Amino acid sequence: MVYINGSSIDVAAITLKDYLLKNGYSISKIVVEINNKIISKANYENVILSSGDVVEIVSFVGGG
Amino acid sequence: MNRYIIPSEEEIRFSLEKRHTKAVQDKLYNAKVAVCGLGGLGSNIAISLARTGIGSLHLIDFDRVDLSNLNRQQYKLNQINQPKPEALKNSILEFAPYCQIKTDFIKLNEENIPSLLSLDTYICEAFDRPEQKAMLTNTVLEKLPEKYLVGASGMIGYGSNHLMKTRKIMAHYYLCGDGLAEGDGLGLMAPRVMLCAAQQANTIIRLIMEKYEV
Repeated sequence: MVYINGSSIDVAAITLKDYLLKNGYSISKIVVEINNKIISKANYENVILSSGDVVEIVSFVGGG
Repeated sequence: MNRYIIPSEEEIRFSLEKRHTKAVQDKLYNAKVAVCGLGGLGSNIAISLARTGIGSLHLIDFDRVDLSNLNRQQYKLNQINQPKPEALKNSILEFAPYCQIKTDFIKLNEENIPSLLSLDTYICEAFDRPEQKAMLTNTVLEKLPEKYLVGASGMIGYGSNHLMKTRKIMAHYYLCGDGLAEGDGLGLMAPRVMLCAAQQANTIIRLIMEKYEV
């Protein structure tokens, strides 16, 4: 189980980038932290989600 | 033209200390806060912080004041076409004449953020576009991890007050807003943008006062 934005999700070995794209996230509008560490955008394709990971994806909307 | 006497720095500090206590005011006076983006969020954040007695503000924006800003941003008709950092600085100095204000009329990017924000302890992300919000947040959290960052996402229309929240995302990163791209009403309106800006400004003050929980 991987915990993403508070929900437990059963994901098989998948890279962060593939997870984000499959779930409709727009890479240019997000921030991702895993286990309290910020993930550099350049690393999205190298990071593999693994059991027990606590993931927070902040998806920004416009306005300011 | 009204003439008035500008009080001394001591008089202004004493007036703030009477309300907030000296212990609190000393911490606020020594704090350095950067406001990135001086639109509806940033102009309101900067004014709130300056009124509270924050000692040093760093105002950053690449834009000029436009008529379409006046529905929610703290500018006036006679400031149209002025660079926002300079216009906002001049407005703040009218009520907080001893606030140390540094201005940068520049567009922040991944390359210039680390050096431009190096002297600030607290950083407000107050941009309008989601790509810019993400760029600043990623860059600050990756390259300036010792800073405290307070951002915003979602404050459209005239939705319920109760939807506006502050969340602690990471040890040094807080996010205010309702997170919604649409809701009651279209476009940004002054009250709700101010509601979000006020949450950001109060979060900055809480961090300065070493209150780390939301």
